[in-house]
Amino acid sequence: MKGNEAIAHAAVRYGVDGYFGYPITPQSEILETLEELMPWETTGMVVLQAESEVAAINMVYGGASTGKACMTSSSSPGISLKQEGISYIAAGELPALIVNCMRGGPGLGTIQPSQSDYFQATKGGGHGDYHMIVLAPASVQEMADFVGLGFDLAFKYRNPVMMLADGIVGQMMEKVVLPPFRPRLTDEEIAQRSPWAVTGRPEGRGPNVLTTLELDPRLMEKHNIHLQEKYDLIKAEEVRYEEFMTEDCEYLVVAFGCVARICMKAVEEARAQGLKVGLLRPITLWPFPSAEICRLGKQVKGMLVAELNAGQMIEDVLLSLDERIPVHHFGRFGGIVMDPDEIFVALKEKFTL
Amino acid sequence: MKEEIIIAGFGGQGVLSMGKILAYAGLMGGLEVTWMPSYGPEQRGGTANVTVILSDSPISSPVLNSYDTAVILNQQSLDKFQSKVKPGGTLIYDPYSIHHAPSRTDIKVVPVNAMEATFELGSSKTYNMVLLGALIKQRPHVTVDAVMAGLKKALPERHHHLLPVNKQAILKGMEL
Repeated sequence: MKGNEAIAHAAVRYGVDGYFGYPITPQSEILETLEELMPWETTGMVVLQAESEVAAINMVYGGASTGKACMTSSSSPGISLKQEGISYIAAGELPALIVNCMRGGPGLGTIQPSQSDYFQATKGGGHGDYHMIVLAPASVQEMADFVGLGFDLAFKYRNPVMMLADGIVGQMMEKVVLPPFRPRLTDEEIAQRSPWAVTGRPEGRGPNVLTTLELDPRLMEKHNIHLQEKYDLIKAEEVRYEEFMTEDCEYLVVAFGCVARICMKAVEEARAQGLKVGLLRPITLWPFPSAEICRLGKQVKGMLVAELNAGQMIEDVLLSLDERIPVHHFGRFGGIVMDPDEIFVALKEKFTL
Repeated sequence: MKEEIIIAGFGGQGVLSMGKILAYAGLMGGLEVTWMPSYGPEQRGGTANVTVILSDSPISSPVLNSYDTAVILNQQSLDKFQSKVKPGGTLIYDPYSIHHAPSRTDIKVVPVNAMEATFELGSSKTYNMVLLGALIKQRPHVTVDAVMAGLKKALPERHHHLLPVNKQAILKGMEL
């Protein structure tokens, strides 16, 4: 099954209440597969092709305000259009899942794979001091698994979660074990899970109000401080990463998403030639595994950050390090995907191995 | 066991679906598989290729720079991928649409007259299945039964009456 198809299946199985999207390559299969699955006839899940990306994200905003599990998906240019809505969702502390199946930019760019929206996903994207939890799937299995994980985190922290995928994981097919079916929550269960939701005021309770507008700066600062405290908690609790052959490594490759898979093969090749190379794959891009990078920075002689962009995650790697070790970047962009050999050659050249 | 395969030709020749059926067959045979298409504006007439990896252990990169086996359906693809077959690897091609035969001598080059075979079979749509038959004869990592099971999964049910003619094409390909 394709990665995009896996997301659609996983959404229905998780008991998602609503998907709102607008087609764009390379992620259109998410909407197409949902239309084919017709979950409105089984679980009651709403699947709607909105008139635009802006409409889709605001439908998610509305649905999320009622405590429902709502999601949208798009690719780079479409995600840019959704930024205002994402900022509002983050400000309103609403749970939502947003999938970005990245393609090459800037502008309308290309439909081929890219990772050039790293800054946008991890540093804000929209206006205001906010963060999304950003998950980077590297396999079709993770495309399925991170739907559930994403919603669990979104509801746990009342925060939007972005699955930052790309054209490769979206389009490729692999073996996948889909999560079990679970029913959508009833209205009572939603009221219990999300007592803040605007679902109509029951007797004996004051009205719930969700707004992102606060004209009193003292109150607005208080809200910002609360958000930052929440982000600190997420940073402490939710960092996820995968290490590959790092125990004794002298050089470390850092890569996320599908590029980590490509680098894994380069690491295998390096090891076959007796070079002690390891790989760290951040699974959460925000919060970033800074402590682990810092720890490995004391162990290795140098790091190579490989990305399908001109150098974005490398900034977070540099910010994580205490030691002054050489950190190089290897990137291909505009829709070109590097092959394992290019990584291996880059390793040898940059560190004169 | 790990077999890294590239299938390349014109869009519309059934390159992607051939890869898909091969991947499903690997899955049926209990293998780990990846199927990575060149997606995009490659519809009928453009070039299309797909990388399929079959392995008995987890697969790292779905993107490759060299291949154990190449199945080549047109000249552009031959020019592009001939040099990327690993020494000792296998290159299967259909001479029907090739003007300059492969020149490598350090690999096994297997011409398969698949287009002519489809004339005999009377079904041009089974072209990719003839080549798939030739592939699984040369590189027997999946069985005919697994391919048929894969085909059954890949084909929508309304087309299941075409399964016998496809099986015929696969068997024909295995004879070539």
